[in-house]
Amino acid sequence: MRNALILRTRCFSRQVDIKTAAVAVLLALVCLAVAVASLAIGKHVIGPIDVANALIGEGSRRDTFIIEILRMPRLLMACMVGAALALSGLILQSVVRNPLASPDILGITGGASAAAVAFLSFLAPVMSLRWLPVAAIVGASTTAAMVYLLAWKQGVSPLRLVLTGVGISALMASVTTLLMVLSPLASTLSAYVWLTGSVFGASWPEVQSMFFWLCALLPALVWVARRVNVLELDDLLAVGLGLRMQTTRLALVALSVALAGSAVAHAGAIAFVGLIAPHIARALVAHTFGGLAVVTALVGAILVAAADLAGRTLFLPMDLPAGMFVSMLGAVFFVYLLLRQVR
Amino acid sequence: MIAAGRRMPADGRGWRLAAGAVALLALAVISLVTGPASISLRTAFDAIVHHDPGNVDHIIVTTTRLARTAIAIAVGASLAVAGALMQALTRNPLASPSLFGVNAGAMFFLVALAAFAPPTSFQVMMAVAFAGSATAGALVYALGTTQRARAFSLRIVLAGAAVTALFASFTQAILVVNQDGLDSILFWLAGSTAERSLHAVAPIMPYAAGAIVAAIVLARHVDVLAAGDDIAVSLGQRTVWVKALVALAIVCLAGGAVAMAGSIGFVGLIVPHMVRRVLSADHRWLLPGCAVFGALLLLGADILSRIVIAPGELPIGAITAMIGAPVFVVMVRRGLRHA
Repeated sequence: MRNALILRTRCFSRQVDIKTAAVAVLLALVCLAVAVASLAIGKHVIGPIDVANALIGEGSRRDTFIIEILRMPRLLMACMVGAALALSGLILQSVVRNPLASPDILGITGGASAAAVAFLSFLAPVMSLRWLPVAAIVGASTTAAMVYLLAWKQGVSPLRLVLTGVGISALMASVTTLLMVLSPLASTLSAYVWLTGSVFGASWPEVQSMFFWLCALLPALVWVARRVNVLELDDLLAVGLGLRMQTTRLALVALSVALAGSAVAHAGAIAFVGLIAPHIARALVAHTFGGLAVVTALVGAILVAAADLAGRTLFLPMDLPAGMFVSMLGAVFFVYLLLRQVR
Repeated sequence: MIAAGRRMPADGRGWRLAAGAVALLALAVISLVTGPASISLRTAFDAIVHHDPGNVDHIIVTTTRLARTAIAIAVGASLAVAGALMQALTRNPLASPSLFGVNAGAMFFLVALAAFAPPTSFQVMMAVAFAGSATAGALVYALGTTQRARAFSLRIVLAGAAVTALFASFTQAILVVNQDGLDSILFWLAGSTAERSLHAVAPIMPYAAGAIVAAIVLARHVDVLAAGDDIAVSLGQRTVWVKALVALAIVCLAGGAVAMAGSIGFVGLIVPHMVRRVLSADHRWLLPGCAVFGALLLLGADILSRIVIAPGELPIGAITAMIGAPVFVVMVRRGLRHA
């Protein structure tokens, strides 16, 4: 363990791999670069120095408005949503011990979308939009429970889980379509753009709400990180090492569902982030859950922020949803994974 | 590879197929008299036999209701037979136009056509839909099969999911850019039999019928094909030709179905499995059975879509998913077997 740093206080002790830390710092820099580009580029291009001035409130009124009201909330939302979806996927892949598990394939984002559309169509006139994340999380957890129970037959095999997930996803997609056809025209349009996954029009209150959810969920992740390393080994070994299997697994699935649900509630179902971000992270750093989680979250944030930047700037004056670019990239990456397996 | 489930005694198969056909005829009659305007059985009969161009009820029966009944039958039969052929070709029990991206490919090509070159004839649409389903199908097949192809691999299923996602995201991109026409396309995306007149879809019916008949004629060869390449070659089959013909039939059936009624899922997946249980895994029975029972399922779903929220209407694709997804989950739980 010479390549590791030990952080230790009275009741907290973590080992930090130096290479992982270096990769994380590098990714953080990339993320920062994407962030600066996102703030600077758009219909009105603002130079980096003006961006810096605007950030401390010394810029021109126009620049300050564009950055503070339009671009900043959108950027922060993209990063947070990307990180949440990526972590959700990483946790699921660890629990299921299958690299193909992701919130999209297992139907979790589908359930969250269906619940969110139901909320927008029927409850939005009478309830505050602040309840939308709760509705999405309820939908996500109901679907996750459904998939898990239906796939259970003296244990859960990964194949059955994935196939059941595919079936339930299709069911949820049809429920969503049904709700959209039944609801009035105006909400249909907004729901459709949002379903592709978009951070268009993110506002500060929404950013605060997403931040609140992340703050509530991430400490739990830090707390369970070390258990996950044991959980990934093998059921018998994990029990032998004194892990309470069922409790830990349930806690992890709940965490993953809550992360995916809150992300869907704020930015719609951005597909494939949960699948590909953990794969990219695994290619970059050694396989310990803690380090992997940090890197995965950064990769997810970069993916969504970069996709949003592309959607916003490549086809000016059109503003395309970030989810579209991520799913194109994701599908191509998926194909690459399949091709690589041939060799 | 063992025949699916409990094999039925051979002598009852003809009766069961005939019963399916009779049920289909009955549903077709019900379909003619069901809808927002109440029309009696007698009027519906008169409308077809002694058509009076001045009578509103007669016009409703011969234009709207006859058209959607015919479309539902053609699309249901096409999708189910396409599913059975795909399952034989890939030797994978999950093969179906919707899961393997063929529907999504046709859909993307059609939406792209509608967005970039709007007023075109149905002939062009048909050709474009065929091209789309062929492209997506070829892509999934190339990605999903390896040299050492096994009877069942998750790989081709995942390739199908990836290609579906890719084409779906392209379609979404076009729809988001051209939001004006979104509302009508949305209904059609979910699958609908109500959008087309009989006159418009008539040119496609011969292709569908031809492909189904050709598939039934080829049934013995399809049986051999489904047994695997090694066996097929050693039995003296010219595998490449049979595969090419089967692929052509699949493209005509699946592409035609999407051109007629949009993307309708699950029919091609579950009907072949049900027919294997009820009739036989022998393709000489399976393919006609799929044609009859696929039509029956889709016509039933179409009637349901009209009466559930009458006088409004649900997208039929949503109804087939509601029926199909639970059946699919039960199939997965029982363990998929392939004939």
